[in-house]
Amino acid sequence: MQISLKDWIRSGSPWIWLSASAVAISVVLVLGLLGIIASRGLVHFWPATLQEYTYTQAQDLKIQVLGEQVQREQVTAEQIRNSGIAVPEGMELLGRQLIKVGNREVYGSDFRWALENQLSNLDYPTYATSFERYEQGNFYGFILSIKENGQITAQQEKGSNQLWASVIERIQQTDLIHTKIKALEKGEIGAINYKLEQLRLDERRLVLKGDDTPENLAKLNAKKAEQQAKYALLEAELRALYKTLSTASLVVITADGQTKEINFSKIVRAYQPNNMSLTQKTSHYFTKLWEFVSDDPREANTEGGIFPAIFGTVMMVLIMSVLVTPFGVITAVYLREYARQGFITRVIRIAVNNLASVPSIVYGVFGLGFFVYFIGGNLDKIFYPEAAPAPTFGTPGLLWASLTLALLTLPVVIVATEEGLSRIPRTVREGSLALGATKLETLWRIIIPMASPAMMTGVILAVARAAGEVAPLMLVGVVKLAPNLPMDMNAPFLHLERKFMHLGFHIYDVGFQSPNVEAARPLVYATALMLVVVIAVLNITAISLRNRLREKYRALDM
Amino acid sequence: MNNTTTAPAIKMADLGRNSQQLNLAQETTSIDVQNMNLYYGTSQALKDVTLQIPKQRVTAFIGPSGCGKSTLLRSFNRMNDLVDGVRIEGEVNIDKQNIYAKGVDVADLRRRVGMVFQKPNPFPKSIYENVAYGLRIQGINNKRLLDETVEWALKSAALWDETKDRLHESALGMSGGQQQRLVIARTIAIKPEILLLDEPASALDPISTLKIEELIHNLKDKFTIIIVTHNMQQAARVSDYTAFMYLGKVIEFDSTDKLFTNPNQKQTEDYITGRYG
Repeated sequence: MQISLKDWIRSGSPWIWLSASAVAISVVLVLGLLGIIASRGLVHFWPATLQEYTYTQAQDLKIQVLGEQVQREQVTAEQIRNSGIAVPEGMELLGRQLIKVGNREVYGSDFRWALENQLSNLDYPTYATSFERYEQGNFYGFILSIKENGQITAQQEKGSNQLWASVIERIQQTDLIHTKIKALEKGEIGAINYKLEQLRLDERRLVLKGDDTPENLAKLNAKKAEQQAKYALLEAELRALYKTLSTASLVVITADGQTKEINFSKIVRAYQPNNMSLTQKTSHYFTKLWEFVSDDPREANTEGGIFPAIFGTVMMVLIMSVLVTPFGVITAVYLREYARQGFITRVIRIAVNNLASVPSIVYGVFGLGFFVYFIGGNLDKIFYPEAAPAPTFGTPGLLWASLTLALLTLPVVIVATEEGLSRIPRTVREGSLALGATKLETLWRIIIPMASPAMMTGVILAVARAAGEVAPLMLVGVVKLAPNLPMDMNAPFLHLERKFMHLGFHIYDVGFQSPNVEAARPLVYATALMLVVVIAVLNITAISLRNRLREKYRALDM
Repeated sequence: MNNTTTAPAIKMADLGRNSQQLNLAQETTSIDVQNMNLYYGTSQALKDVTLQIPKQRVTAFIGPSGCGKSTLLRSFNRMNDLVDGVRIEGEVNIDKQNIYAKGVDVADLRRRVGMVFQKPNPFPKSIYENVAYGLRIQGINNKRLLDETVEWALKSAALWDETKDRLHESALGMSGGQQQRLVIARTIAIKPEILLLDEPASALDPISTLKIEELIHNLKDKFTIIIVTHNMQQAARVSDYTAFMYLGKVIEFDSTDKLFTNPNQKQTEDYITGRYG
């Protein structure tokens, strides 16, 4: 049966199709976005094969190049000719490769673009080794010999790999020492430094109070001496460890024949990607991935992990939630339950809704001016005069960032809570009041629990908004590299005044402020993926909490 | 005396079921309403109501929709206070004390005057916690006392057998009739003197209605019960005394038998014979 267009439009199906396609497009966009981020970010950790080429830069300037192929693209010959490089006639398109050649101290740069027609004799040398280093990026080359205290102790035989096992063993040894050193420096020595700083502040406090009697000072000095004695011991231990670290080194040769000596203490790990089985590669991949989420960043954030940023993000969101929930709930309860509905409450509601549309950077400026300088500055004057002129709370930090974001997300929580309060049937309230409960008791025992799923909805929205916010944070507490986590083993354990790292800012910093753009790019994707994952995890936690509450306080469905 | 309670549909002729002669003049007064006027904003909902509600009897308020019977009921435990713009004149004396006097503790009043609403409104808590709620509000947390009271209240509300094995399950999983009896149990658990029932069976099926009516009958020895109902048969079945209200006024108040068989007022007769309302 023929249906006329008019009837079809009248039937409403065009709108169904329209909304269905809109939904489909959105889903495709979201999945595509996640797909791109995930693929670009996660591939980075896979041990890429090392390729060796003969690179003909000019007629008789040939060099051997060893590296990872990072990117491959087609360019028009025209474009190349224009840049002054001779291209044989008759070629329309040329392949171009970005090769990560590493060896920054030798070549000056980690990456090199090469035209494919200049590359020849492609080879995958089995024993080509990739060294990840604490400084100066990767090194690609071949093992020559091991030196101990400047003396060669073992020589690699041509075409064999017999030194490999001992190289790995040595790297593992130095790795153990590194772990020990790190534990010492961050742990015990960190604690002593923290205590010494506290003692210094104590002394200053005594002086300011005029309590600096000889006895008091003597007490402090005794404590100080005790810590310093401990420190001296640890320092000796540390020095011994450092000494054992730097005795042995590895002599390597680059593809173009330059030898280079690398101290074992500088090597994070070494691997021979062309000689690895799939299982080895997979395990290497997960090791790297784990390092990425659990380790500190190195090399201006372009290497190592992003753990402090993950930690900072989660911490900030949690503190923000803890701050915003009571504020928002109390405000909503007041507005809905206690305030006389009228002009004033209408004005307040309008103000709250407008607050939600203020650009976030404005909150940042407000946070800096009000929280950091005004409140923080005054807190310092009142409670931390001994630390002056160094600010304690009068400088951007975790607390102020959390507070600023709490302010930013307050409207969401207020609106959601009010919504929830207004949905509670009047009969339930009356039921409680009729049993002799006061308004407060009714609120506390019946209304608030029943409205708690709605409050959680508010918190979920707040978390989603806060975790992705970057702009205001740059003003009120986020830094490129924080020396300490905002939580550690030194009392009071939670250091709200400290600056912290944040995934969103980390993406910006690595992607756009990094000296080594090519090295940073995959990390930008990986960090972005991590940010999405962190937000998803936070949200899923909150949502499951809400669903539990919903189940528990299922509203009367009648 | 209550052979009629088993037959929900009764005829007016059956109403002479009460062998005991009830006489309003011989009853002790529980609630004494004196010249009460109630306004919602500018409209007057109750007009010069004067009424003495007898102690330990079931009193029914009947009348057409909007006649003010629920409003009158809700003014006995000051539930009308929750309505914006309500204004009350006159006195409501319970035990010779005006509940609208200054300094009256409303929460305390509501403990003495319990109320059950039209729709069952259990809290989203367990059956046990629903019944214990009023006690917990009073600060009673003694486990044994709570257990005893909950059991007593549920037994009084004829709900114990159905619920004793699932006391700690959510009350929201019960049927409507069970929920309404739970709400009654919850109300009597705090041992009020007076029980206000605001159309307690109107949202329930006939079987549940019957159970509620039986319950009212069993509870009237312990409590003064006031029930608002739309259903004249119900009023006739459960109540000892009935007040007929119309347009905010109490037209006639007498023993149920008298009111249904031989009303003094023409309006009452018209209403109960179904001529209007």
